[in-house]
Amino acid sequence: MSLSPAIKTAIAQAAANHGGPKAAMLEALKLVQEAEGWVSDAHLKEAAQVLGVTTAEIDSLATFYSQIFRSPVGDTVILLCDGLSCYLCGGDAVRDAVMQKLGIGFGETTTDGKFTLINICCVGGCDRAPVALVGPERKLVGPLTPDALDALIDGKAIGGAR
Amino acid sequence: MSDKPLTGRARADRQPHSLAVWRGLGGGVALTQALKRHSPEAIIALVEAAGLRGRGGAGFPTANKWRFMRLGAEKAGPGPRYLCVNGDETEPGSFKDRLLMEALPHQLIVGATIAAYAIGATEVIILVRDEYRAAAAALTRAIAEAEQAGWLGRDILGSGFDLTMRVHASAGRYIVGEETALIAALEGERPVPRHRPPYPAVSGLWGRPTTVNNVETLSAVPSIIENGAEWYQSLSRTDEGGTKLYGVSGCVARPQLIEAPMGTTGRELIELCGGIRGGRALLAFQPGGGATAFLEAAELDVPLDFTHTKQAGSSLGTGALIVLDDQACPVAAIARHMRFYARESCGLCTPCRDGLPWVAKLLDTLEAGKGTRGDIDLLHQHVALTGPSGRSYCDLNTGALTPLRSGLERFGDIFTAHLAGRCPVGRA
Repeated sequence: MSLSPAIKTAIAQAAANHGGPKAAMLEALKLVQEAEGWVSDAHLKEAAQVLGVTTAEIDSLATFYSQIFRSPVGDTVILLCDGLSCYLCGGDAVRDAVMQKLGIGFGETTTDGKFTLINICCVGGCDRAPVALVGPERKLVGPLTPDALDALIDGKAIGGAR
Repeated sequence: MSDKPLTGRARADRQPHSLAVWRGLGGGVALTQALKRHSPEAIIALVEAAGLRGRGGAGFPTANKWRFMRLGAEKAGPGPRYLCVNGDETEPGSFKDRLLMEALPHQLIVGATIAAYAIGATEVIILVRDEYRAAAAALTRAIAEAEQAGWLGRDILGSGFDLTMRVHASAGRYIVGEETALIAALEGERPVPRHRPPYPAVSGLWGRPTTVNNVETLSAVPSIIENGAEWYQSLSRTDEGGTKLYGVSGCVARPQLIEAPMGTTGRELIELCGGIRGGRALLAFQPGGGATAFLEAAELDVPLDFTHTKQAGSSLGTGALIVLDDQACPVAAIARHMRFYARESCGLCTPCRDGLPWVAKLLDTLEAGKGTRGDIDLLHQHVALTGPSGRSYCDLNTGALTPLRSGLERFGDIFTAHLAGRCPVGRA
């Protein structure tokens, strides 16, 4: 499916706001990802066309930034902090528990397509360590215990969203 | 006059005020004073007399940076000039700018506007890291409010000064917080560092004069305008003015942010956090985030400002104290950091791109009790050969090797003990 007209308009608008098509490439990628969950080759090409840049130019950013996903992700993305402050507050136990619960490692998606687990650098939540960012709002949750994360996943009050 | 000019007006729930409430709290006074009563040069003189130094980590005197910008602008001739606000806080252990952006967006906007007036900038761009969605949203809303109120736009408060401001949301990668990489990011280039000179003050964003300031630095500016340089100086315990937003995390009872006089000691900060967790003893602490050298119990009474922390062999960095107790293994801690720095290397320079993953692997091997004496020798070689500043375009590599260098110096025996096949410390 091609990008919606609304997304294409927003991408064109971003070029006006960000000082030109090139400077708007990252914003375009973010708009695509917000709508589609990840950035496919087809959508990458469409976004490049709207901006009038080459696919290679926009992909050079898409592949550099860690939070632009160039492969599909689950309904809910869990970004688990692997910084030192989280480690010192029991981060490894939380990591092991969530991996066991979901049956996946970092960078993987559950077979039912519900969850993707990704490790992330310090997210500035050290006063609530160990922490994770969950869902499309990147909601900060912590301090996490293996049980608390368990409940979070089960409840998946956070369901259906990235 | 609050003794906590940075955080004194924050709501307990960390939600931002509306502009109307912010104005009611006196939050607009500095803007009127700055634009109507002071010349740009007078503001720079005031900030200099206040002793404000950059809070992003380097501690460079803010007034000097601003003067370079005015010189650069003279050279460059007419055209746009930029103030970039660095809200890419990603240094391990640092969580101060998050609060300042989420809860106090108007304070930052007013500070940035005053700075822009002082340096003659025509546009302000606030770069916010992707993970700080609430901060980006709060700033976007607050900018719209400020435009409505005539705090931004054309002829601000009838002063004749025009300024636009916008938020640029980033998408991960630690390197974006490096000054020249941040400029490249805003241009839509791959965000890797650039050679200096030319310095951004001469040729920065789109080749135009540019200043990059940290969030905390700019957030301090309104209070200096309101209350004066002497007052700001008097908040500090040392000759570096003001308060500092310290963050304490790791093995303390209650990790937290603490706005305290510049020059507050590690002992005081750790005590304010309820001491070391579980009543254990301190092994060491990093005073300014992941890239700063360890200090130990003997240095607990060092005033944590830029000068004294440097004299003690470390640096104030972001003022983010990461505390290790006697059950925490320094080899494991350094290995954690090293995996991060290795992953976040932008790949431009060989020592960093190829060196850091090698170092990270050596540390992992040691931590697992499978290392050899030769591995420790290699760690020393990396520190000596690629550690010094100036061997790559930026200081990521130097910063990454700093905790390793100090760890080898201070905890050499613990490194060696790992050769026996297991970690000699309680945990890990």
